Amino acid sequence: MALTFLHMFRKRETIQYPEEKVVLHPRWRGRIVLTRDPDMGERCVGCYLCAAACPVDCISLQATEDEHGRRYPEFFRINFSRCIFCGYCEEACPTYAIQLIPDFEMAEYNRQNLVYEKEDLLIDGQGKYPGYNYYKVAGLAIGVKGKGEGDNEDPPIDIHSLLP
Amino acid sequence: MAVIYIDHRAYEVKAGKNLLETCLTLGFNLPYFCWHPAMGSVGACRQCAIKLFKDKDDTQGRLMMSCMESVKDNMYLSINDPVAKSFRSQVIEWLMTNHPHDCAVCDEGGSCHLQDMTVMTGHTYRRFQYPKRTYKNQYLGPFINHEMNRCIQCYRCVRFYKDYAGGTDLDAFAAHDHIYFGRAADGVLENEFSGNLAEVCPTGVFTDKSLKEHYTRKWDMTMAPSICQHCSLGCNIIAGERYGELRQITNRFNGEVNGYFICDKGRFGYEFVNSINRIQQPIIRTKIPEAVDKNSLYDYLKTVLSNRTVIGIGSPRASLESNFALMQLVGKGNFYQGVSETDAQLMRTILHTLNAGHVHIPSLKETEIADAILVLGEDLTNAAPLLALTVRQAVHRKPLENAQQISVPPWHDTARREFAQEEKGPLFIAYPTKTKLEALAANCQYLSPDEIARLGFAIANRLDNTAPAPQGVDEDTLQIAQHIANTLKQAERPLIICGTSLRNEAILKAAANIACALGTEDKKASLFYVMEECNSMGLAMMEVPSLKQATEALKKKEANTVIILENDLYRRDAKSAIDDFLEQCEELIVLDHLHHETSNRATVLIPVGTFAEAEGTLVNNEGRAQCFFQVFAPKNENFRESWRWLDEFRQFKQGISPEDLQAPGDLMMEMAASMPQFKGAEEVAPSADFRISGQKIPREPHRYSGRTAMLANIQVSEPKPPEDHDSALSYTMEGYRGIPPAPLIPFFWAPGWNSAQSVNKYQEEVGGPIRGGDTGKRLFPETPAIENAFLNTIPPAYKASPGEWLVVPLQHIFGSEELSIYTHGVAERAPHPYIAISQQDANDLNTREYQLMQVTIGTLNYELPVMIKKELPHGVVGIPYHVSGLIGIAWPAKGILKPVMT
Repeated sequence: MALTFLHMFRKRETIQYPEEKVVLHPRWRGRIVLTRDPDMGERCVGCYLCAAACPVDCISLQATEDEHGRRYPEFFRINFSRCIFCGYCEEACPTYAIQLIPDFEMAEYNRQNLVYEKEDLLIDGQGKYPGYNYYKVAGLAIGVKGKGEGDNEDPPIDIHSLLP
Repeated sequence: MAVIYIDHRAYEVKAGKNLLETCLTLGFNLPYFCWHPAMGSVGACRQCAIKLFKDKDDTQGRLMMSCMESVKDNMYLSINDPVAKSFRSQVIEWLMTNHPHDCAVCDEGGSCHLQDMTVMTGHTYRRFQYPKRTYKNQYLGPFINHEMNRCIQCYRCVRFYKDYAGGTDLDAFAAHDHIYFGRAADGVLENEFSGNLAEVCPTGVFTDKSLKEHYTRKWDMTMAPSICQHCSLGCNIIAGERYGELRQITNRFNGEVNGYFICDKGRFGYEFVNSINRIQQPIIRTKIPEAVDKNSLYDYLKTVLSNRTVIGIGSPRASLESNFALMQLVGKGNFYQGVSETDAQLMRTILHTLNAGHVHIPSLKETEIADAILVLGEDLTNAAPLLALTVRQAVHRKPLENAQQISVPPWHDTARREFAQEEKGPLFIAYPTKTKLEALAANCQYLSPDEIARLGFAIANRLDNTAPAPQGVDEDTLQIAQHIANTLKQAERPLIICGTSLRNEAILKAAANIACALGTEDKKASLFYVMEECNSMGLAMMEVPSLKQATEALKKKEANTVIILENDLYRRDAKSAIDDFLEQCEELIVLDHLHHETSNRATVLIPVGTFAEAEGTLVNNEGRAQCFFQVFAPKNENFRESWRWLDEFRQFKQGISPEDLQAPGDLMMEMAASMPQFKGAEEVAPSADFRISGQKIPREPHRYSGRTAMLANIQVSEPKPPEDHDSALSYTMEGYRGIPPAPLIPFFWAPGWNSAQSVNKYQEEVGGPIRGGDTGKRLFPETPAIENAFLNTIPPAYKASPGEWLVVPLQHIFGSEELSIYTHGVAERAPHPYIAISQQDANDLNTREYQLMQVTIGTLNYELPVMIKKELPHGVVGIPYHVSGLIGIAWPAKGILKPVMT
C-alpha cells in the first residue's frame, strides 16, 4: 500500500498525447520518406534494392530515365498497411534516398489511404544525411557531371595516346 | 577417367578437361572471368588460381591458373589453400580498384557475374585510395548499351564477338591499363549476335538496351521457359515479365539446340507482345458497337458455328495445340494449312525425304562439328541466324582436328587459334547473292535457284553415278561439282544445308539426292533444312491441303465460313489469290494477337495470347517438339490461348451452351492419339500435375519484390495470385527451389550464382546437357533407310528471258519476319525496300544505283530504288523478303522492270 502511494509522487510516464508530443530521436524508425540530394535532384535511382530487402514486400517501383540518362522512379509505392518499419529499406539504399523519420502519426480510417505514392513520399530535403550526392561518386555521366569529373575520378582516358 | 585429389579428397573425373571446368562440374565454387564454356580458356584474368602440388607429400605447392591446366591422373590440388584464396581475393580487389560505384544504376546488378565473384572471394572494402580510371562511352546501336567504366578487361567481349561470332567492328584498343573495348567510332554493332555481349560480359559494360527502356532486376521478373518464335530453329529462351509487360528475353541453355547463344532477332524481337497494335477485345464487325464482350461473342458464335459448315485455316506460327484445336473444331476434311500451295509442296518434299529415312537430320549442335558443309540456296545469317553461328564454329573447328597431335587440349583457345591460323574447313555456298558467310567459304557460286538445283544434281551424280545427271552443264560447273563431291566424300561428317527460302523444290530434291549419294549403309549423311516459321514443320506434319484447295472448297460452295488462326494470309500467297479467297467468305473469323491486313477483313475478330501469354508446343526444323509456357497471366482476360477459344467453339458446335463450357482436355494427348506422326510430342514437358516434393515450380525467384504493393493502388487487399492449371509452374515465388527438369526451368539461379553463368550448376557437366536431359523430343525416329531412290526432277538450265526477270526473295534477319519488326530497334535495323540488280542488267536497263525502278509482279506495282549487286546472275533480281510494303507476292515470282522516268 505504501509502495502504491509512493508511486504517486514519481515522475509520470504517461503523457497527454496529442496535446503533449512524444520526444522522438532522430534515428527513430517511423514514416518513410524519399529525400533529395543537395542539388534538389531526386536521390532515388530506382535500383530496387529497398524493394528486394523489404521482408513484407510492401515497396514497389518502376525505374525510368530522363533525357540525360539519370535514373529515377516512374512510380514509387509503399503500402504502409503492410510496412513493419524494420528499416531494412533504408539500410539497403545505396543513395540515402529512402529514410525512416521520427513520425508515427499516420493513422487512417480507411486502409486504402495507407498506400503512399511517390508524391506522398518525396520531401524537399536531404533528411538525415546531408551533403551526399550519389551521382557525384558514381561513374555514370548523366547530366550531373561529365565522365571523369566525379569525386576521386581521373579524367577520361585518351585511347589514342601511346604514353605509358 | 582420372582420379584427382582436391583438398585431400579423391574424385573420379574426365581426363583432358581443364581443372576449372572439372572443379565447377564437381560443384566447387571457383571464381573465373575470362573462361567461358563455349569459348575455352585464355588465362587472362588470373581469377581461377588454385594450388597444385607435385605429389601427395608436397606441402609447398605452386599457384596455377586452373583454367590453363589439363586434368591428369593423380593430381593433388587445393582450392581452399589460404595462399590460393588470398591470391584470388587480391585479384578481385585489384580489378575493383577502377570499378565504378554504380551497381545501383547498372542494369547488370542482380545478375552480375562480377558481383557474384566479388562476394565469393570475400572482397568487401575498397582500400585503394587513389582516383578511378574513367572512359568515354560509345553509341552502339539500338540493342546494346555501352558503359566502359565498368570494364574489368577480361577480353570476353572481343573473344565472343570477333573470334566466335565473326564480327569485325568490335575490338580492343589502346595499351596497358588503358585497354578499351569498343568500336573504332560510334555506330551500330553490325553483328547479328551482338545481344549475347550482354550475357557474355561478366559485368555491365554491355547491357541490353531494350531492357533499359523498362528496367527490371532479374529477381523481380516472372519468368518461364519459352521457345523463340522468330525462325524455324526453335532456340530455347527465358522470357521475363513485370507489371503485365514482357521485359526481357535471355538465352536458355539447350545443349542440343542453341547452347549458350541466341541471335538478336530472338533476343530483342519480343516487343510485339507489348505493342499497341494488339487486338484488345473481341470484335463483331456487323454489330454496333463493334467491340463486344465475351458473352455476346459466345452467343454470336454459337449460332454461326452450329448452323454452318466451317473451314479452318491453320498457321505455321501457331502452336500444335492451337492448330489441332482448330482441326477438331472444323473436322479434318475442312482443315487447311494457311500457306500457299508452293510452300505446302516444299514442305511435302521435305517430309517425304525425312520419312524415307535416307538421311540423318542433325540437331543444331551437331552442325557445329560438321567437317564439310554445302549450303544450297540459303542465306543462313538472315534465314536461320544461329545456324550461321554454328556453321562458323564448324568451319573453324575443322583445322583444329590436328591440334590434338601436338597435344594442344581442346579447351586451349589461344593455342588452338594460333595453331589453325587462317586455315578453314571446307564450306561451299550456292546462292544468288553474296552472303555474310562468304568470308569463310572455300567456294561461292552465285546462281539462279534452278541453277543451284542443277549444281546440286551434278554433285549428286558425281558422288554416285546412278543419280540422275543434269544435261547441258558447262565444264566449269562440272569441275566445281566434282571438287565439292570429292570434298564431301572425304569428309567424315559432311553436312548439306538447304531450305525453303528460295521457294525452289528442285533444290530440296537435289540436296536429298546429294545426301542419299553420300550416305552409306551404316552412316547416313546429314541434311539440315531451313524453314520459314517457328512451327512450319509442325503444320506440315499435319498433312492437310493448302490455301489453294481451301479456295476451291469455298468456290464449290462447300462452306462459306472460315476461321483463320494466327495468320496474315497476305504474307503467304499472292495478294490477288488471298483477295479471291477472302471474298468467298461470308463469315470470316480471325483469331490473332496483332492487327494486320487479314484481320482487317475479318467479320469476327478474336484476340488471343502471344507466346508469352499462352502455352503450346512447336516443332522446329529438325522435327524437335518443344514446349513454351505461359509467362504471365495477362491483365486483359481476352488474351487467351487460341486453343482455349477454339475448344470452346467446338463445344458450341456440339450444342453445349456457354454456361456449361468445360476446360479443354489434354490436347497434345488427343493429338498424338489421332495423328501417330506426333507421337512423343505429348511427353515433351511434364504434365500439369507434375510436382517435386508436392510442390510446383515457381516462376518467380525467391527474392521477388513488391508482392503487397504492386497492385495496392487499385485495391489495398492483395488479390489471390493467378493459378496455373495447365502446367507444373506456378505464378508465385512459393514452390520447389531446386533444379527442375529441363523443360520446366523458368530461370537459372544457384546460391552465390545470380548471373546467367549459374547454368553451370544445372548441367551434368559444364558445357554438357542439362541434368536429366535437354528439352525437346525428336519426332522423326532414325529409321532404317529404304533403298536409295533418287529424285529426278531436274529443271532445265536457267535462261534469262528478255523483258522478264526472275525475282528472288532476299531474306533479312531484321525486317523479313512478321513479329520482330514491332521492336523499334529491329525496325531501325531493317532495310528499306530495294531491288537488287546485277551490273549487267543495270547496264541493259540503263539504270544506276538508287534510281527508281518500276517493278511489276503479277498485279502488283512497286517503285523501288535500285541496289547494284554485281554478283547476281543475269536475269535475276532480288527484293527484300517481306520488308514493309513488300508482301502479297506469290513466290517464286517473275517481274517486269521499267526504269521510272523523272
